Amino acid sequence: MIDAVRLLAMARKETIQIRRDPRSLALAFAVPVLMLIFFGYAITWDVDDLPLAVVNEDAGTRGERLVDAFTASGYFVVAVRPARRSDADGLLVRGSVAGVLIIPPDFSRRMSAGGPAPVQFLLDGADANTATIALNYAEAIAGRWSRDAVLSGRTVALPADAESRVWYNPTLASRNMIVPGLIAVIMSIIAAMLTALTIAREWERGTMEQLASTPVHRLEVVLGKLLPYVVIGMADVALAVAVGVTLFGVPLNGSVLLLAVLTLLFLLGALGLGIFISAALKSQVLATQVAMVATYLPALLLSGFLFDIASMPAVLRAITLVIPARYYVAVTRGIFLKGVGIQVLWVQGVAMLIFATVGLGLATLAFRKRIAA
Amino acid sequence: MISVPRVRALLRKELRQLFRDPKTKRMVFGAPIIQLLLFGYAVNTDVTRVATFVVDHDRTEASRALLDAFTAPGYFQVVGRSARPADLDAALDRGSVAVGLWIPRGFAADLAGGRGATVQVLVDGTNSNTATVAQGYATRIVRSFGLARAGAGGTGAGGANAAPLPTGVDLRTRAWYNPDLASRVYNVPAVVALILILMCFLLTAMTVVRERELGTLEQLMVSPLSAGELMLGKTLPVALIGLADLVLVVAVAILWFDIPFRGNPLLLLAASAVFILASLGLGLFISTVSNTQQEAFMGMFMVILPLIILSGFMYPIHTMPDFFQGLTLLNPLRYFLEIVRGVFLKGAGLAVLWPQLLVLTAMAAGILTLATLRFRRTLR
Repeated sequence: MIDAVRLLAMARKETIQIRRDPRSLALAFAVPVLMLIFFGYAITWDVDDLPLAVVNEDAGTRGERLVDAFTASGYFVVAVRPARRSDADGLLVRGSVAGVLIIPPDFSRRMSAGGPAPVQFLLDGADANTATIALNYAEAIAGRWSRDAVLSGRTVALPADAESRVWYNPTLASRNMIVPGLIAVIMSIIAAMLTALTIAREWERGTMEQLASTPVHRLEVVLGKLLPYVVIGMADVALAVAVGVTLFGVPLNGSVLLLAVLTLLFLLGALGLGIFISAALKSQVLATQVAMVATYLPALLLSGFLFDIASMPAVLRAITLVIPARYYVAVTRGIFLKGVGIQVLWVQGVAMLIFATVGLGLATLAFRKRIAA
Repeated sequence: MISVPRVRALLRKELRQLFRDPKTKRMVFGAPIIQLLLFGYAVNTDVTRVATFVVDHDRTEASRALLDAFTAPGYFQVVGRSARPADLDAALDRGSVAVGLWIPRGFAADLAGGRGATVQVLVDGTNSNTATVAQGYATRIVRSFGLARAGAGGTGAGGANAAPLPTGVDLRTRAWYNPDLASRVYNVPAVVALILILMCFLLTAMTVVRERELGTLEQLMVSPLSAGELMLGKTLPVALIGLADLVLVVAVAILWFDIPFRGNPLLLLAASAVFILASLGLGLFISTVSNTQQEAFMGMFMVILPLIILSGFMYPIHTMPDFFQGLTLLNPLRYFLEIVRGVFLKGAGLAVLWPQLLVLTAMAAGILTLATLRFRRTLR
């Protein structure tokens, strides 16, 4: 059914067409790298140097030592020391500080008596994420300082403690989380956009009639158009991975070969989806828009790239199952950070194989050589 | 110079042209709702029900009580148990759990004997955000469990040996504006801003670039409309639709998502009008430099991404490198987001938000002037 000569001829035609449009080709390489650099540098959830307002009314010296403990941690910096508690309200409303630490006048006296010595910590809760992390830090700092202060030298362990160990990303750097996921998200968008134009262009330029009059089979058309873009897509991923490893220092712990194979599977599906959209809509404008809407938001929001799928409502969780980017994000993270192999990632592999089959199948079905239709 | 009837005629033509296509109606009023629902439910950084794997080698009353304490607040949900630590490793590798809790043999004895019992918490760091928060929760739960047990006099004979409780600092925390620390309360108002800018961009591309593509721009140019009238007639319908979308989306945010609205609606409306003007100016500018809708959409996509990333929408500004923090100062979306969140969550008024509003107004004026100049030139 498939004739290799015709297929390659189709691929060659498409390659020539791509080469004649150097602007689009340059975009295909520049956009992913720019997005990666931009996102990679700008997005970080690592909370440090949070600006703090300190109202220290303590008559003694211990209050100041507690403040030192807060700043020594590196998570907080004292931005301002308002004279009165009431000034704190204005600072929080304006958002100029993330929290206010209020140490009452009798703090030192109560600490000397062994406590409890109440201290107030007001947080700007509007940014819930930052506030939650700040809260955890503050409690840890106050707890440790207070144990040291009360016990003053005596070493008494906590009755029970958790010894926590972080796997795959021991420094908890958000960049290590973002960059591999970002490669997956960018590629889902780029891939569909790359091919969204290919068939609609033939319709709009009237070259579809020429194509239809040749003996080429529709599967050959789809595969022939796909082939050059697979090469571009693979080169894109290679470039993005290189940037991620060299520029951002993200560890690539797993097998590069496995990453390449699974990327190929993913690209077949994503590029196929673009061809399907293009063939079904027959208009370049519509196809680009649909391709962007169909890939951008789902890839960004429903892939687990930044937001945990587990904490979504059941309906959305079900929808994520049909988002190819979800599986590819798991693949890039798994190979980059966890260094896991096929014995773990075969699930994602199978899912992407299904997508590739469905994507290419739909593309072939949607592509009709009948002009009248 | 500007004739009201002529502008009104053009306005009527624009609205009729836009809404003749039922797809546009759906896009203008349906898409914002869908986006709001999608963002409202999906953009969630609350760490709850983290999938947890438990390896309990102690199997005592104390270890079971610790497990109960671990799961009670709702942060962790036990989805797997095993006696073999290897199963825990495998579950973390697969990503089916994000946290592993390993209670070693002798936990109860150490606890009762006051020797400092230790459990191990393994956290999957691939999602650094969840990991940071989950780690904090886990440590807090285990410590307070231990303190509560020791405070209750301990269990068994060793209880007497337990150290006296270090009380010391009693940190009383309170989160203002969002006491439950729900991320939705922070994100949903921001989506309002996002939808406004998207709408303005799409609609300007549709009304300006499409006209050029269809070749009908020449017809408009030979009509008695002046350039100013033409621009006004082109931008007014978009601004009106933007304001309608604003009301719609804010209503859904308040009624459906229960987002508190503490400030003055008029202030939000005024700031939104200014922001819409700025977005329109940007959209118009991109439209005038693009020959096809295709190019316009690509251009807008390239502009909107940095605008979103550098706005503090989902990614906090204060953690960015200085260079990017500097860039955010040029971003109108940043100022509008501060206003939207201030009005929604903090009930902030003009007394607090005037600097943002001032900068936003200056930017809108600047962008609109540039766009008008550029638009005039393309007409010639």
